[in-house]
Amino acid sequence: MTDEGLDRRRFLGAIGAGAATLGADVADAAEPAPIAASPAADPVAPAGYQFLNPDEAAFMEAFVDHLIPADALSPSGTELGVAVYADRQLAGAWGKGARMYLQGPWRKGTPNQGWQSPMAPADLVKAGIAALDAHCRRVAKLPFERLAPDAREETVAALAQGKIELDGVPSKLLFDTLYALATEGLFADPIYGGNRDKAGWRLVGFPGVIATHAQDIETYRGRRYEAEPMSIADMS
Amino acid sequence: MATKLKPVDVVIVGMGWTGGILAKELSDAGLTVLGLERGVNRTTEPDFSVPMIRDELRYAIRHELYMDVSRDTLTFRNAARETALPMRRLGSFLPGEGVGGAGLHWNGQTYRFSPSDHRLRTRVTERYGETFIPEGMQLADWPMSYDELEPYYDKFEYMAGISGQAGNIRGETVEGGNPFEGPRSRGYPNPPLKASLSGVMYEAAARELGYHPFPRPAANMSRAYVNPDGMSLGECQYCGHCENFGCEANAKASPHITVIPAAQKNANFSLRTQAWVTRVDLHPDGKRAKGVTYTDVRTGEEFEQPADIVALCAYGLGNVHLMLLSGIGAPYDPETATGVVGKGYCYQLTSTVQTFFQDKNFNPFMGAGSLGVVVDDFNGDNFDHGPHGFIGGASIINATTHGRPIAYRPLPPGTPKWGSQWKAAAGHWYGRAASIGTQGSNMASRGNYLSLDPTYRNAFGQPLLRMTYDFTENDFKQSAFTTRIAHDIGRAMGPTHISPLAPKSSSYSIVPYQSTHNTGGAITGDDPRTSAVNRYLQSWDVSNLFVVGASAFPQNAGYNPTGAVGALAYWTADAIRNRYVAAPGPLVPA
Repeated sequence: MTDEGLDRRRFLGAIGAGAATLGADVADAAEPAPIAASPAADPVAPAGYQFLNPDEAAFMEAFVDHLIPADALSPSGTELGVAVYADRQLAGAWGKGARMYLQGPWRKGTPNQGWQSPMAPADLVKAGIAALDAHCRRVAKLPFERLAPDAREETVAALAQGKIELDGVPSKLLFDTLYALATEGLFADPIYGGNRDKAGWRLVGFPGVIATHAQDIETYRGRRYEAEPMSIADMS
Repeated sequence: MATKLKPVDVVIVGMGWTGGILAKELSDAGLTVLGLERGVNRTTEPDFSVPMIRDELRYAIRHELYMDVSRDTLTFRNAARETALPMRRLGSFLPGEGVGGAGLHWNGQTYRFSPSDHRLRTRVTERYGETFIPEGMQLADWPMSYDELEPYYDKFEYMAGISGQAGNIRGETVEGGNPFEGPRSRGYPNPPLKASLSGVMYEAAARELGYHPFPRPAANMSRAYVNPDGMSLGECQYCGHCENFGCEANAKASPHITVIPAAQKNANFSLRTQAWVTRVDLHPDGKRAKGVTYTDVRTGEEFEQPADIVALCAYGLGNVHLMLLSGIGAPYDPETATGVVGKGYCYQLTSTVQTFFQDKNFNPFMGAGSLGVVVDDFNGDNFDHGPHGFIGGASIINATTHGRPIAYRPLPPGTPKWGSQWKAAAGHWYGRAASIGTQGSNMASRGNYLSLDPTYRNAFGQPLLRMTYDFTENDFKQSAFTTRIAHDIGRAMGPTHISPLAPKSSSYSIVPYQSTHNTGGAITGDDPRTSAVNRYLQSWDVSNLFVVGASAFPQNAGYNPTGAVGALAYWTADAIRNRYVAAPGPLVPA
């Protein structure tokens, strides 16, 4: 990681208001106040974005916070590092199309034929965020992250159903890609930058990487097995 | 210009289960054997070490151990009237790459096909008459019977240390096993795995309904085991990281800890990795193979490897691709239903019933790849199809495989997909859900086949394999019938909520994961006009070429294929050792 040692607060200060959508700038007074991650839960990945530009970061934070709002069960998606997770994935090999066949010629294909976009995931997300931003500004005169909660919900629901016409990007494919990033960021090992303090694992009761249950499967048959979840970093 | 290498007796293409078995058996017989593997070598230590291996994102979601489709993939269309387009990323099925092949990252569900599966056309005709077979269905018998293959099923099960409960030993029914199974010469080498709560509940519900549940046979060791080749396997820890992963405890039978190291004890076996075979080279008469050409993927350098015997032991789809690229056998033509290579491509139909229990705790993360309970009453020939009007059936299974939270978050119908309600439901139901799945058979159909794509190419400049495939009316009837039974068992378990009936009812999509049980394309038979290989999996056209694997299945059954694939590999190895070597040439007159 190139930005080791630069904490999130300093980073946000350094890059100015463009990315400062975490707190009061979000036009979202109706949402409950985010619950801070516990002080012991230092992020595994340092804050700051490798791929997303400030506008894209503002969108991504608002999007993951809409999917994963702060409530009694966990802090918000952004607080859990989910936007950072998405950024790292987009910046890395997966975002650049590793393990994908990206040669032409290109045709739209049928839904059964799957991904036929000529774009690698990072290019698709970049184009998709820009197209969705244009859509939101056209319809509501505001970017996604400044929409009121109801309008945001309407936009996400329409995107999920593929009902928004986006220039150059199939909206369902964009939603599926963003949704996968958000859920991976909540539930993947914290080594990737999300799931801070293993909050996603705590949410469902997944105990993590330690798993020697040859006796437990009988001992705990019918009883809930509870253990402090262990991540890769915890054991490394 | 390719560099010509020193000849060997046998060159094996692919080092998964079939290649590993042939390597062991043929090097034991004193033949000089070279195994070529397109991927890398991985060893339990350090490649599957904890905590590194317990990484759901890397292995299960980003597919670390699977074939890299940026280099080679296939194209797909539902029907010949469509233009096939590349499978640009993995989805519906997950072929392996590297030493151990799919045997590294499988779950370990290890069945035998039933005796009737091996003579399906005859059995269906006997029981229901020829007219019961739908138009376009290419139903076929295997040319070898279950009884002929039994010793080889047995050999595979003992090599792989299968944990299970026999249901039929030499014709005697054994309580607690599958009463429908073919007679086995002896019981499984290891007892069944310990049951999970959902397995106990499923078993009770199925018994109550009059069915015959039994523990799913598992290549996950219920106890430490030393196999007949002297290879040691560890005891399964129910860690819930089986499929998609390598096992850090060596508790899942895999080629890299069984047959391959056993072969490596023989000085006359050698293994060459990152060696990508691009074609089988033929003598000018086209009737014998000279050997194979491969590319060292580390350097791009090309080599010619001469051999007296060539064995294709890639994933089934890879075997068919290599035959087509090498011009071996007549390619299948669906217009005329003539030709043989690419014919009989089959898949499986799967469906899921999800049950939710307000007052239960299933601890889904305590699981093993093959931990489960199976009802076989509606599979194969085990029930009367007459009133239902379809051929085939399904195993109906309660599985306790894993609770990895990126992929495993069952939710009752109607739950939102995001927001606070979604989070609350995901947390609430994670430990309170149990699933039942159907794994349904699939019959060969005239329009379903494999061929070379006219447009798209792989990293070696060769045409991609093209898959033309869709489900048929027979398949939909099968899925509707068996999914209804699964749903009835689920309701009998007394859940708070149950998912709606969702049999397969629409055309095949290559997007969502369904099953890595792709079969056919180089099918075995008695007649060179209708099959690509004879009963010894020897090419009808090129007599020193053997094509081993699920590519030989004339149709697919409602079971996981690896048990039958392993049996075929031992059967073929035996034929090469004891028949072919003494008298090279066609083992069956054409």
